[in-house]
Amino acid sequence: MRAVSALVRKDLLLELRTKETVPAMALFALVAYVLFHFALHRNALEGDLAAGVLWVTILLATVLGVNRLFVAEREQGGFDGFLLAPVDRTAMLAAKVTALLCFLVVLELIAVPAFFLLLLGPSAGPAFPELLLILVLADIGLAVVGTLAAGLAVQTRARDLIGPLVTLPLLVPVVLAAARATAPLFSAPAGGVEAKWLAVLGLYDLVFVLLAYAVFDFLLED
Amino acid sequence: MHGKGLRGLSIATAATLVTAFALVFFYAPLDADQGFVQKIFYLHVPMAIVALCGFIFGGICAIGFLRTRDRKWDLRSYVAIHLSLILGVGVLITGSIWARASWGHWWVWDEPTLVSFLIIFLLYACYQPLRFSIEDPDKQARYAAVFAILAGAFVPLNFLAVRLAQPLAHPRVLGASGNLPSSMEFVFLVSLAGMVLLFITLWKYEMAAKQTRMRLKSLRQRLLSP
Repeated sequence: MRAVSALVRKDLLLELRTKETVPAMALFALVAYVLFHFALHRNALEGDLAAGVLWVTILLATVLGVNRLFVAEREQGGFDGFLLAPVDRTAMLAAKVTALLCFLVVLELIAVPAFFLLLLGPSAGPAFPELLLILVLADIGLAVVGTLAAGLAVQTRARDLIGPLVTLPLLVPVVLAAARATAPLFSAPAGGVEAKWLAVLGLYDLVFVLLAYAVFDFLLED
Repeated sequence: MHGKGLRGLSIATAATLVTAFALVFFYAPLDADQGFVQKIFYLHVPMAIVALCGFIFGGICAIGFLRTRDRKWDLRSYVAIHLSLILGVGVLITGSIWARASWGHWWVWDEPTLVSFLIIFLLYACYQPLRFSIEDPDKQARYAAVFAILAGAFVPLNFLAVRLAQPLAHPRVLGASGNLPSSMEFVFLVSLAGMVLLFITLWKYEMAAKQTRMRLKSLRQRLLSP
């Protein structure tokens, strides 16, 4: 537990000092909204389209963060330092998932209000608090799968390519379920969230948390 | 050795496949709605089932590798995924032809099985780039095994999510063999058996070739360094 909190503190401190990842993710999200505005030729979105734009933007911003997740470990010899320390290797998984979750929360604190402001047609009021629940469930999936994919890709030669290529298909169910769950919240007479999409997100989170716990150790052996 | 019994297996595979095709063209009745084109069902569905089972078999072999650290398991996993990917191309092409013939479009997004298959295919298409961009053979096997396990678990999860997303507008032809007439079901089972045999035969051939090549390499090294 102490190892996890030390690692998380290290990652957050590093991010706070260098400001390399989260500002880039947020900026990317804003640029994506502008691009969607021009590419779709719409001033305001609602329903399916709004949910799709929001979730694709969050997904792509996540991929940016995933690509940078293990950069310090690889470039500064952090892996060796960690493996020399007498701690459980799962601590690295828990710490990286927590750090990525923090990044995602900060990203969404900027990107979701910006989406309401720039693109959403209907009022955002009725979307709460259901939207928060969807965001939390989806963030867990994004963080766990993102950490696994980053761990897989970081040792490869073409890591900038392999990371997104592995991450995107693996996250299709998250985007699908999150977008379908969000769509009625963004419709003009706001509808309710279908429980089955929350169940899909929860099941996905559960399966990948267990899988990550089972296989992550094998990514850190040398 | 994987070379043992290959001749008998090859003959059995060829015989089953020829029988299956003969049954498909001369015995199976024409479908009342779709006519002749429905016969692609006997190729498309067995290929899809075998490819998915091959992906999952690859994941199981990967678990075997991580438990035993025996390179043989890694080779098994690699060959299974490699062959399933080739079958996957066949599945997507035959599915596309079938969709064109029966619904008039080369691709239909509301056929959940086909869409799930595409997502799984796109995921597994990263297996070889991932594997071959790691030089160290031990690390390569380890990372490929982790990927194979993750992707194997992703297969059923993805099917569930995509299936839930469809309003089920189309009649379910794929996978649901319960509503088939018995003559069609018999032909389907023979085709499935042929496809399974074909997969096993090709898998054994590739395993034998890979192992022979590895032995040749080690023998040559021993010869050159006295």
